[in-house]
Amino acid sequence: MKKEYFTLIALVLITLSMSAQPISVGSQAPNFSLKNVDGATVSLSDYASEKGVMVIFSCNPCPYVKAYEDRMIALHNEFAPQGYPVVFINPNDDVQQPEDSMDKMRERASEKNYPFPYLKDEDQQVYQAYGATRTPEIFLLKNEGGSFVVAYTGTVDDNYKDALAVEEAYASNAVKALLAGKNPDPATTVAIGCGIKKKN
Amino acid sequence: MFTDLSHSVIYKTNGMKALMLFLISLVISSFNSIDNSYLGFNESAANYDIRIVDFQQLQPLLQINNDTIYVVNFWATWCGPCIKEIPYFEQLGNEYKNKKLKILMVSLDMADDLESRVIPFMKKNNMKNEVIILDDHQSNRWIPLVDEKWTGAIPATLIYGNGFREFYPKEFTFSELDEILKPLFTN
Repeated sequence: MKKEYFTLIALVLITLSMSAQPISVGSQAPNFSLKNVDGATVSLSDYASEKGVMVIFSCNPCPYVKAYEDRMIALHNEFAPQGYPVVFINPNDDVQQPEDSMDKMRERASEKNYPFPYLKDEDQQVYQAYGATRTPEIFLLKNEGGSFVVAYTGTVDDNYKDALAVEEAYASNAVKALLAGKNPDPATTVAIGCGIKKKN
Repeated sequence: MFTDLSHSVIYKTNGMKALMLFLISLVISSFNSIDNSYLGFNESAANYDIRIVDFQQLQPLLQINNDTIYVVNFWATWCGPCIKEIPYFEQLGNEYKNKKLKILMVSLDMADDLESRVIPFMKKNNMKNEVIILDDHQSNRWIPLVDEKWTGAIPATLIYGNGFREFYPKEFTFSELDEILKPLFTN
């Protein structure tokens, strides 16, 4: 019996280490409290008065982030007034990727005039709690009576190359569904992205 | 080489460029005349046929059913950890060259970057493994067809053949690759 348990635990551990997966839709979103580029600390609980939050794991050099950056800013500009602001979290180890240092993040936020916080996941606890694996990766959270629940995970839309050729605007549609009192469909999508750089 | 794709777009360095490369190589070789590996590099440099495919064209290469083991690595020139593991896949190609092992490096670089980034990168790193560019923005449709548990983060590698099939959404070292592949050739 004990042996079986060990085997089971070992299998679970192997599976977990093999493939991180985003936390599933419907589960409670882990809280976070991280340093913003302006020096302030921003927590998920700061958004208690919003309808939800669009948490996006992002970074500076990833070409997919660059391709989607303006669209992600547009998501904030469209949906923050309706209760769904964007928050960027940079999960990358800046030893391996110096372009993701706090200084470089500050530069980027100011160059692109980010209208939302750009937080540094210094201890890399937050991205692991969310099961994020790449940048950019979206976790759309819905505020249910003060606790945040995951409503959508995935990518911005179905065409990173050409914003004008988008057929399915997944993230935008997901927020619109929530605003209409519905569940996003699809509730999860996948996309090519830059693997998150984990500290050695 | 992987099976031919009759409908794929084929890129070839044109004759002029090949000539230029040859002339440049002559100049370099005068500085570097005893480097044997250089000859192999020159040969392949004049012959960079990089196919640009969509997923429908790639998919058959992910399920070839014969007595060969296939290693399919998803990478891009902009992906730091991918670049780090590329020499291990080259080493693999070398050390298993007498075995029935084929390696396909599927680049997720943008097709527009083929000449400006991908080919220069391959030359600089003396890549001998076959490279193909997957240019298909419908990633939400095709990623799950490669493997259900893949979230789309790269690097990622599919190893299959002879009844074995495993997907590895991770960065490899050479010894990790070797440990997986060695037992597949012991029978």
